[in-house]
Amino acid sequence: MQLLIFYGFGFFALFSGIAMIMSRQPVTSALLMVVNMFCLAGLYAQLGAHLIAVLQVMVYAGAIMVLVLFVIMFLNLREKAGIVSKHGVMMQALGIAALGFVITAIIAKLDMAKLPAAKAPAADFGSVAAIGRVLFTDYLLPFEITSVLLLAAIVGAVVLAKRKV
Amino acid sequence: MEMPVPLHHYLILSGILFSVGVVGVLSRRNAIIIYMCIELMLNAVNLTLIAFSRQLGDLNGQLFTFMVMAVAAAEAAVGLGIIIALFRNRQSVDVDDVNLLKG
Repeated sequence: MQLLIFYGFGFFALFSGIAMIMSRQPVTSALLMVVNMFCLAGLYAQLGAHLIAVLQVMVYAGAIMVLVLFVIMFLNLREKAGIVSKHGVMMQALGIAALGFVITAIIAKLDMAKLPAAKAPAADFGSVAAIGRVLFTDYLLPFEITSVLLLAAIVGAVVLAKRKV
Repeated sequence: MEMPVPLHHYLILSGILFSVGVVGVLSRRNAIIIYMCIELMLNAVNLTLIAFSRQLGDLNGQLFTFMVMAVAAAEAAVGLGIIIALFRNRQSVDVDDVNLLKG
């Protein structure tokens, strides 16, 4: 059953990812990306990371992709060339083939026996309370620095998008 | 307790997703699609982190993912701001049209 869920979400994640880079319309790409993120959220939930799964839907599929769709509609983009552009088709095919070779080599090299043994997670693994406890003790400094980063991003985005500074 | 699905399934899926993102970045010319492919790569890495977090019963992987999401949100704001500024100057978001720094 669990394996079936994995293959279902995994197949749709892969399918939407590949369709995303193949599609001609940016809007189609963005919507396929949303599908991809929902599938990944499903996999996170299956792995017991419930908070991260909810955040994935809210932050990625909700906020970030809405922003991307907004920009696509704002700029009224329409692409002439799909995946094949001025660059030689041969070069791209060669690149994809090389990448495929590397992936196959990595998968062949992956020694299942050497992967770390599974440990039993705590009862509250992945819950808001458990993550909050770690976040506000061990990761307090990175957490606070994140707020500075977000502030810099807000200021940067406003400056970049403004007509005249 | 054994994982419901063996770890290497997740690792292989995330490796393939990452590669799809790389192919997208290398082969597309639309800046917005390139941006989305970068997000796809970040997501693939997040999947690896969470799979290992579950395997090891260790929450650190999920905290890393949390931070990656915060950085991705910041990147979205700035990246899309750059794309809008680019469109205003060039009337296109094709990365081949951006050659101001070319000598």
